[in-house]
Amino acid sequence: MQTEEQLLPQTALDPVTPACHEETYEVVYHKPATLVDVPMHYCPGCAHSLVHKLIMEVVEDLDIAEKTIGVAPVGCSVFAYDYMNIDMQEAAHGRACAVATGIKRLMPDKYVFTYQGDGDLAAIGIAETLHAVNRGENFLIVFMNNAVYGMTSGQMAPTTLPGMHTTTSPDGRDVSYYGAPIKVAELLANLPGAVYVTRQAVNSANGVRRTKKALMNAFKYQQQYKGTCLVEIIGNCPSNWKMTPLEASRFIDEEMVKTFPLGDIKLPQADNLKTE
Amino acid sequence: MEDNSKKTAPVKERKVKGKVEIDIQKCKGCELCTAACKEQALTLSETINIKGYRYIIANNDACTGCVNCALVCPDAVITVYRTHPAKKPVDITPENIREQLHDIVSTSK
Amino acid sequence: MAEFKLMKGNEAMAEAAIQAGCDAYFGYPITPQSEVLEYLAREMPKYNRIVMQAESEVASINMVYGAAGAGFRTMTSSSSPGMSLMQEGISYMAGAELPCLLVNVNRAGPGLGTIQPGQGDYFQSVKGGGHGDYKLIVLAPASVQEMADFVFLGFDLADKYRNPVLMLSDGAIGQMMEKVQFPAYTRPLTDKSSWATTGKPTTRERNYITSLFIQPERMEEHNLKLEEKFKQIRENEVRFEEYNTADAAYLFVAYGLSARICMKAMDLLREKGTPVGLFRPITLFPYPYKRLQELAAQAKLMLTVELNSGQMVEDVRLGVNGKIPVEFYGRMGGMMPTPEEIVQHLENLIQYHHAN
Repeated sequence: MQTEEQLLPQTALDPVTPACHEETYEVVYHKPATLVDVPMHYCPGCAHSLVHKLIMEVVEDLDIAEKTIGVAPVGCSVFAYDYMNIDMQEAAHGRACAVATGIKRLMPDKYVFTYQGDGDLAAIGIAETLHAVNRGENFLIVFMNNAVYGMTSGQMAPTTLPGMHTTTSPDGRDVSYYGAPIKVAELLANLPGAVYVTRQAVNSANGVRRTKKALMNAFKYQQQYKGTCLVEIIGNCPSNWKMTPLEASRFIDEEMVKTFPLGDIKLPQADNLKTE
Repeated sequence: MEDNSKKTAPVKERKVKGKVEIDIQKCKGCELCTAACKEQALTLSETINIKGYRYIIANNDACTGCVNCALVCPDAVITVYRTHPAKKPVDITPENIREQLHDIVSTSK
Repeated sequence: MAEFKLMKGNEAMAEAAIQAGCDAYFGYPITPQSEVLEYLAREMPKYNRIVMQAESEVASINMVYGAAGAGFRTMTSSSSPGMSLMQEGISYMAGAELPCLLVNVNRAGPGLGTIQPGQGDYFQSVKGGGHGDYKLIVLAPASVQEMADFVFLGFDLADKYRNPVLMLSDGAIGQMMEKVQFPAYTRPLTDKSSWATTGKPTTRERNYITSLFIQPERMEEHNLKLEEKFKQIRENEVRFEEYNTADAAYLFVAYGLSARICMKAMDLLREKGTPVGLFRPITLFPYPYKRLQELAAQAKLMLTVELNSGQMVEDVRLGVNGKIPVEFYGRMGGMMPTPEEIVQHLENLIQYHHAN
């Protein structure tokens, strides 16, 4: 713990040097210390790195790094443990919610979150996800939805938009053949075990602010409420959308939000409160 | 969303001054920050960094320290600084300094 | 001395899990081992332990992964089709070096097969099962008592080597009732703090559980580390049992339920004056190749008996290495050979090999 004197710039304490108050810069934003100081492997502009950063900011702001365990399954974010300076488990494709169940059931006082992509959560792992939420597993699911398989380089995901071109839907997603994109947040909000469900996007500074707030709430709710929190985050995938990051940001505003409207879908109720 | 990367901003007098520091070796030049910067203070370099990316350079004279660039930076390469808004003239006394310092500490938490 | 109880194999195993300090059990119902989940669902909450019926075997093995990764003593059990579903998770656990106890109450297959006992999962259990280079320590009980004993042993070996341990039982031993005695057990102290994900204090580096090594150099390094561990296991953990091998000219080689049937066949043959012995591998990995090699120097013929189309016989042949004939007799589909059937078969073989 630093004292105020230690924090004070030396010049300010010196009575003979007049301190120019306006010119004293203070840090108003810096990389969270919980984020490992290495370059991330993600493509330029990738939302994964951004959301990693947000989660670590929240963990730092809440000062819960010692009590947080993350689970990152297969997908681009499989290397999350390289960047998040907390204890983590890498899970098999789709199985993050089962792994997190194993962790949280045995350590109910810890903060547990999964970090899953759309292929992981909504395709191969939807059974584990749905049942975990139905049981009201008391952890946070961070669901990164960028409508495409990133790691395997651009195949159709369960959340690919109708008509959207991917390497496995070269003529655009044909809804009559593959069905419509799965609206994960709405689907899971139907389950009584879900206590907080929200969908945010990180393609603007305000979107980032709202997403961080949602993550902050979700971490806090883990301690306050019984049940599962789901924060769906609409992110970009510039490399596989064949766009620049800025074009990808516009695509989210113009196309993604039509299928995946932003906002809170389910908020905790008083009867969800934990009772001691 | 507007692509501000090619514009430069006129420098004007402001009450709050900001500045950014960019870890250029980790910057991937995605330019998300340039669009987030209302002051058009960020542009892409002509040279490349060690990884081969053009990186972001800042015109700190135009910076207000609004933090938008750092928020949208996926790689967390931007550190933002800001001065206090100019308040009423102050006498520099140890009590005064303590009081202001307390403000700084409590707002940065 | 602890009192004897009359219990089903599956229940004895479940009770042993509680006494061995199992913190959590995750499972999915499947015949012939559903009693395990039922027993634990009733008993575990009394000890404030976690028991959960998962939505599938895929989920249960991954719950085991999570709990084991957090440093807890944890297990699951299933039967053949369910074990097939778990193979992915088992491979991940072996890759990530997570200790756990798995129990397969083997039924006959392939496919949905039947609920009757079988030993058709030998290859799956011993030769890999899931993807990649790994080994499970495989224990084969032949009695209800061993189904209990091997729970304690299995958990301890899993912790000792940071590797999943599989108890390969079968539908008959799981379902039969026999007397069983639970040993006084003291759990060895195992420090898992250097790897378990319990939340990172500021005093140590972060722990992470992974089987991912994207750089080939690091992947090979990890493979070699695992191989070194399997070598240690081969050197230190071979277990088997011998009956009447000292003067045996003919040897049955069988594990689990087959060994029990061979025991009776051996007695019948001994009554007739035929010098027959029985060799029963207890660890299927590590396999007792060396002892088989020694026995091949004194015996004239070995007959492997299994409830499958001939799986372990390949390992017997590897051990014997062509020194003497190694024959096979098996039944499948949940059918069991009678001791008389086996006696007849061995007598025919002796005659055949004598004539040639």
